[in-house]
Amino acid sequence: MHWKNIFGDELMEKYKFPSEEWIKAFKEELNKNKAYEEAAKDWEGDFLFIITPDEGLDKEVVFYVDLWHGKCRDAYVVPSRDAKKTEFIYEGSYSNWKKLIKGELDPIQALLMRKFKLKGSMAKVMRYTKAASELVKTASKVPTEFM
Amino acid sequence: MWEFTSPRTIVMGEGALEYLRDVEAKRALIVTDKVMHDLGFVSKVSSYLEQAGVEVEVFDEVEPEPSIETVVRGGELAKRYCPDLIVGLGGGSCMDAAKAIWVLYERPDLSVEEISPLVKLGLRKKAKLICIPTTSGTGSEATWAVVITDAEERRKMELASREVVADVAILDPELPSSMPPKLVADTGLDALTHAIEAYVSQWRNDFSDALAIKAIQIVFEYLPRSYRDPSDGVAKEKMHNAATMAGLAFSNSQIGVAHAMGHALGALFKIPHGRSVAVFLPYSIEYNSSEALDRYAEIARAIGVDARDSEEAVSKLVEAVYGLLREVEEPCAVKEMGIDRSSYEQRLEDLVERAMQSTATIANPRVPGVEDYRKLFLYAYDGKRIDF
Repeated sequence: MHWKNIFGDELMEKYKFPSEEWIKAFKEELNKNKAYEEAAKDWEGDFLFIITPDEGLDKEVVFYVDLWHGKCRDAYVVPSRDAKKTEFIYEGSYSNWKKLIKGELDPIQALLMRKFKLKGSMAKVMRYTKAASELVKTASKVPTEFM
Repeated sequence: MWEFTSPRTIVMGEGALEYLRDVEAKRALIVTDKVMHDLGFVSKVSSYLEQAGVEVEVFDEVEPEPSIETVVRGGELAKRYCPDLIVGLGGGSCMDAAKAIWVLYERPDLSVEEISPLVKLGLRKKAKLICIPTTSGTGSEATWAVVITDAEERRKMELASREVVADVAILDPELPSSMPPKLVADTGLDALTHAIEAYVSQWRNDFSDALAIKAIQIVFEYLPRSYRDPSDGVAKEKMHNAATMAGLAFSNSQIGVAHAMGHALGALFKIPHGRSVAVFLPYSIEYNSSEALDRYAEIARAIGVDARDSEEAVSKLVEAVYGLLREVEEPCAVKEMGIDRSSYEQRLEDLVERAMQSTATIANPRVPGVEDYRKLFLYAYDGKRIDF
């Protein structure tokens, strides 16, 4: 979303991470990403993205993200990690999510370094590394304001 | 933060195999193949182990590109025999099979497919692992990679766990000296591909860089010698060390797109591993150079290329790779591998899908999508320079 300031310059709305607005913006951005659509065309599997508190975040935030055949069918905040059962859980601290979104952390390397945890079949995820890389690229395209 | 994992001990040089005379163990299971028997290597290793007072059992059913079924059989034997030492003796297939058999023995609750960096295996409660390579290329003796073939799906499973890195790697240059020249070339180029891909990987680090660059220098200098003259002991020893160094390098950074494509080609057209990855190496350099120009230029300079700028250096590096391929009489394009164009094109989508699903490009400098893979496979078939 764009609007203009008093000088007429176009400004881009920033979405607070983590928030309902941010995950909706991520969904919209992902559904525009053709490279993701192609790389994940056979993917079936939903995720909980769990952001555990540290730095400026004082309460755990959980996103539900339903990825299906190259599209994001749904994405929203759920009240807790037990609120929804999913095939995969990708979990990390707020500061590591921040690094991931800024492109400072590789999503798979972060798993190997135990900065993130994955529940679900690693083998399945590893067959879609291009899709994983596009997911992160998409997240970094969302205009984000951190805590 | 990153970790560098390697065998606790690497024994190298003439007579390295004698290390086994002092091994502390009660029962050893040697995982190997029939060729190692015929070459007398199994009896030599057994003899050294017996001198150390170790009882020996041999599982010699490992086939090239070992299948799930083979390692399950080996795992069953291990469970019956209860070794406290497993010895992987042979090429990459034997050592990879030894790693997988070791996991199944220590963790009977797991299946082969579950070997993953995210699964705590808790190995070394029952046995330790010694790897003894008899070829100079795979680097398996030093890596945390395990490649097992799902024969039903004709798919190579690229498994990995830091825990499966051998406790001891023994690099005795006498063992690879029996390799026929074609195998010298195939395996040596595999080592070169490991080292070059490790050096440009996004997960590279100072440790992997040092090992990769030295391995590249050794391969360019000694592979032609080792190929031409089977009696050149210096070249054999250098190549044997380079293969392990390249293994350490890629194991602690990553491989790349040449491996993703090579695994797909190898699985579908039964091409030996080293040859199938090396044929894609020059194309992968050209493809990746838009994202890793300076890294490739550093490699070029390390092998003595003189160039005005990075573009010229990379172009000369590609020429040097082609030159090396020709020198050891390896194909520079897929069409030179005896694969006819129509059957290649018929399987193009399958090749692309397998490459897309490969874990090899996790950290490649440029991650190809479907269209790029299609073009890469076709360009590499015809021997066309990459222009996209």
